[in-house]
Amino acid sequence: MDNLLWLIPALPLVGAMLLILIGNLLPKTYVAIIGVGSITISAIVVLLTGYSFLSSPPEGGQLTQTLWVWFEVANFKPEITLYLDSLSLVFIFVITFIGALIHIYSAGFMAEDKDYSRFFACMNLFVFSMLILVLADNLLLLYLGWEGVGLCSYLLIGFWHESHANGYAARKAFIITRIGDTAMAIGLFILFYQFGTLSINGILQSAPNLWPVGSAIATATALLLLAGGAGKSAQLPLQTWLPDAMAGPSPVSALIHAATMVTAGVYLIARMHVIFELSPAAQMTVAVIGAATLFIAGFSALTQHDIKRVLAYSTISQIGYMFLALGVGAYSAAIFHFMIHAFFKALLFLAAGAVIEALHHEHSMFRMGGLKDKLPVVFWTFLIGCASLAALPLISSGFYSKDQILWYSWAAEGGDAILWVLALSGAFITAAYTTRMMILTFWGESKTEIGHKPGKLMTIPLVVLAFFALFAGFIELPHNFGHFTLFSDLLHPVLPETRLGESETNEWIFQLVAATVTLGGISLAYYFYYKQPQRLSNLRSSGAFNRIYDFWLSGWGFDKIYDTLIVKPVVYLANINRRDIIDQIYNAITSGTTALYRLLSFTQSGSLRWYVMGLIVGAILILTIQIML
Amino acid sequence: MNAISTNMVMLLAAILFILGIAGVVVRKNIIFMLLSVEIMLNAAGLAFVAAGARWAQADGQVMFIFILAMAAAEVSVGLALILQVYHQHKSLDIDKLREMNG
Amino acid sequence: MILVWLILILMGGGLLAFMLGQWNKSLPRWIALFTLFAGFLGLLSLWIEQYRFTNTWLVNYKTEWIPSFGITFHLAIDGLSLILLTLTFFIGILSILSSWSDIRDRVGFYHFNLLWILAGISGVFMAMDLFLFYFFWEVMLIPMYFLIGIWGSENRVYAAYKFFIFTQASGLLMLLAILGLYFIHGNNTGTFTYNYFELLGTVIPEGTANWLIAGFLIAFIVKLPLIPFHSWLPDAHSEAPTAGSLILAALLLKTGAYGIMRFALPLFPQAAINFAPWLMLLGVLGIIYGAILAYAQTDLKRLVAYTSVSHMGFVVVGIFAFSELALQGVVMQLITHAISTGALFVIAGILKERLHTRDISAMGGFWQQMPKLGVLSMVFTMASLGLPGLGNFIAELLILLGAFRSNLWITIFATAGLVFSAIYSLRIMQKVFFGPKAGSAPISDLNWRELSILTSLTIVIIWLGVYPQPVIHTAKPMVKYIENIFSGDASAVKNNKLLYQMKTAEQPNKKETYVSK
Repeated sequence: MDNLLWLIPALPLVGAMLLILIGNLLPKTYVAIIGVGSITISAIVVLLTGYSFLSSPPEGGQLTQTLWVWFEVANFKPEITLYLDSLSLVFIFVITFIGALIHIYSAGFMAEDKDYSRFFACMNLFVFSMLILVLADNLLLLYLGWEGVGLCSYLLIGFWHESHANGYAARKAFIITRIGDTAMAIGLFILFYQFGTLSINGILQSAPNLWPVGSAIATATALLLLAGGAGKSAQLPLQTWLPDAMAGPSPVSALIHAATMVTAGVYLIARMHVIFELSPAAQMTVAVIGAATLFIAGFSALTQHDIKRVLAYSTISQIGYMFLALGVGAYSAAIFHFMIHAFFKALLFLAAGAVIEALHHEHSMFRMGGLKDKLPVVFWTFLIGCASLAALPLISSGFYSKDQILWYSWAAEGGDAILWVLALSGAFITAAYTTRMMILTFWGESKTEIGHKPGKLMTIPLVVLAFFALFAGFIELPHNFGHFTLFSDLLHPVLPETRLGESETNEWIFQLVAATVTLGGISLAYYFYYKQPQRLSNLRSSGAFNRIYDFWLSGWGFDKIYDTLIVKPVVYLANINRRDIIDQIYNAITSGTTALYRLLSFTQSGSLRWYVMGLIVGAILILTIQIML
Repeated sequence: MNAISTNMVMLLAAILFILGIAGVVVRKNIIFMLLSVEIMLNAAGLAFVAAGARWAQADGQVMFIFILAMAAAEVSVGLALILQVYHQHKSLDIDKLREMNG
Repeated sequence: MILVWLILILMGGGLLAFMLGQWNKSLPRWIALFTLFAGFLGLLSLWIEQYRFTNTWLVNYKTEWIPSFGITFHLAIDGLSLILLTLTFFIGILSILSSWSDIRDRVGFYHFNLLWILAGISGVFMAMDLFLFYFFWEVMLIPMYFLIGIWGSENRVYAAYKFFIFTQASGLLMLLAILGLYFIHGNNTGTFTYNYFELLGTVIPEGTANWLIAGFLIAFIVKLPLIPFHSWLPDAHSEAPTAGSLILAALLLKTGAYGIMRFALPLFPQAAINFAPWLMLLGVLGIIYGAILAYAQTDLKRLVAYTSVSHMGFVVVGIFAFSELALQGVVMQLITHAISTGALFVIAGILKERLHTRDISAMGGFWQQMPKLGVLSMVFTMASLGLPGLGNFIAELLILLGAFRSNLWITIFATAGLVFSAIYSLRIMQKVFFGPKAGSAPISDLNWRELSILTSLTIVIIWLGVYPQPVIHTAKPMVKYIENIFSGDASAVKNNKLLYQMKTAEQPNKKETYVSK
């Protein structure tokens, strides 16, 4: 089956090319068939490849397929080579499988849109880029995918381009992630000069021999890569683009800004974990960034009005968990949470999209409500997604993935009590904002009439995703009960096992605390939003509370800081220099010359007497000088 | 023939030359200015002849012939131009003819 | 002889177009197109042929011109010249097509100028005699002056003068430097010659060498242009007709980079090393300064012109890094910048033809009416911001990778330029194609001619992005040669010179005549 590897990215690429070239000429049905079909076949190929990969593991646990040599200069010879191991297998499975479901959903969701083919072209192109990103054998090819997903994200955020706000959000996303990408590019330069190659395996194998643990260059490289990851994965301090990115259609948010692209940073760090392990400082930074992000984003999610912005902040926060896990060395836990998160967050976005469409593009949760009986399928699937997001103990898959991270954040070698406290309070807030979202959207009285209900094309993906959001967690059970480790065993050849710290810790207590905190968060939101809503209004009348509320609503003021410190000064400088100060220097030279010639031409009076006098005076002067010298 | 000292002739040439310059500068009428220029030319010619005689070289006289020829050519062209100027402007006053200013 | 023919058919075609233009308006277009096609096909045959030889020099033609002053008519091409010549003819064809319906006034003279510019450029890329080089350098200047001055837009005379004075003044300094080199070499060896190969390795006192290279460099960096000598470019670009902007951006700027690589570096290696850090600094300043200015412009063509300043900064950084990676990147950048920026000028021209304005605040929301142009513009703005998969990425990557070792901090700032390029590139798309629709007049999408111009450029830029190896292979001997000059000690220069000359002299199995003195 290994010779089919190239088909996996090629199919979406062909789909995208077809749609770009002739998409405008085709009727919508054919567009949908090409767009959805390419991804679906690709997903089937992934399943086949995955089956053969698992049933008869290839030598060394990896498949490679070289397509062609990209270029060859001096000793630099990047190839277009696809590389499959269990880590990339997990990723391509999530990308194509969830991708296919989201494409099916989009066929229904976008049915009324006039730019149907453009949408599917961009989506297919995105899946292609994302697959290249995770299948790349060298960092340069990875970078190609990395930038490619950025482009598609830009195109899709600004998909409804008539509105200026959408265009602004799209550019913001592209430029902020570009800042991270640029840092990452510098990281690649260092890697190239240190190792003479950008091949991932080559680097990972020779890094421990070349760099001592804790060396400055390892730290610098790891931090640069981290900057790239933080940009793409919307982590501090580059997280501000993601909430605005919700301007795109809901399937886009589900696929790009929840399930796949934003987890590219997680993939990068997991892939390059050897470099991070060589630098404890950088690894600590990863954990701290993760913990801080999950904490900050959680509070912001608690105050948002727009249902999609809640989900956006929640995504930032959940990726924070993944970074935290990576930072403490719990790689498989991070990847596990990535997979589970992809299921439930895609589900939540799709369901939210269904709600929004049913309510005539109403985004504000405060104008929703009472949808429990009107949209039963959406309600139940959304509920399952919320349970998973809130990590409802035992029955939701989110519990199993997040519990691992909570435990490791203390118990693993790189763990720390402070990280654990942050993660735990994050779990508390997560439960609270999830419940708040659920109650505001589905309970209470109806505030907006619903338009048309979602069709089969939209509900089937919801049900499938709900199934996975509920049960996917059972492939990896905690050590103390079940000790079923299918997932981490799969990843074991690629990612090292998590090393536990010195101190003895009892996992039961941690699970109990986590469960309690989750239930506490749920009941808090239940109390304020369902039982006693007027208490909240009383609280909101106090000034201090409102200030904090607005502070969180604005995402801790990051946008404002960046705006005043960076954006405005640069734009101001650019605008006052529009006419190019250097050009003004040349203009000054020309006007100086012009002034001089006007002065000289004044002496050409046309009067013959004047010239003769000039002649004589000149002659006398010369003679005098001659005589005097 | 009494030998006249070269210095005296040079002095005469200088006086003539200065007279010519003064004529060019103070006269208003172009014809008089042209005449003054002629005087200057002849002053220079006189100086050449004197210098030729002083060193017993023919060059000075050759130069004088040149100057003579040139002066004749110059006067003919100059007078023709003056004629044209008079036709155009009905005046030969140099202070009124100042069109060619920058 | 093929090299002489390349120039002759351009000049002859130009004269023919001029004469026949009196009688018929469309005939000059066809003549120009046919001429360029013929040359293009001839060059393609050389591409295939080059794989048969391992020679540095593919074709060589030399005959006496003015022997008493040591001036020869010496044309020769290696891989670098071949690449740039092919580019010249390719862009030439597109420039004829892009002005097909635009120019209605004095069609014959227009195409005469166009072909003579191209002849001058081709000559610059081939001349191996410094006097001849200077001759061609001037040949490309004067028709360009006419092109801007006659067929430009409102402020054309100002722009044409500015262009002329900048390039002419800097060219004269180069002439002085050429003469200086000529006399120094003559006094050293007794042979007074302008021949490039004989002048290579001339022993020059370091102080003098600094002055001489400065003379060469000033001409070249004004052409590139490098800040602070860039200010002619936005005016010339924005006022020139579409074909003029295309040729300016895609070809004329490249002659500067070519000149540095061909003449300034090999002739004065030590002096080049002395100047390198300063020029790299100017290059990186240009990258960022050009990008910021591009962001602030409201005139679409001016905007694109400033992006050229930014991109050419990369070229300077790459050249003066003196490494094979960076130099290959420079060669790539010359081509990809020609393609992507050329395409953006064509797009600006297309929009201007429809809207009669270049002001981007009068544009917006054109995606709905011009989806084809929208998609193609997206490709080229993405190329301009260095998206992987398109040629510009390879170029910028190689330049930065190559420069990284020679100057860490400059490279880091140059890399930061990528962020700025994203900012201005996305602004183009937003202002022109996205947002609410500007104006109510219906605008037609591309016709077959415009579509074929942009499609061919798109194919090339994607091809260069996914498989640039043919270009890299072709440029390799020249790039290696420059790298060798700077990698080793001074004796490497001398050996290289010998090697270079020997290879020139060999010329196996070639029909070309090699007339020696």
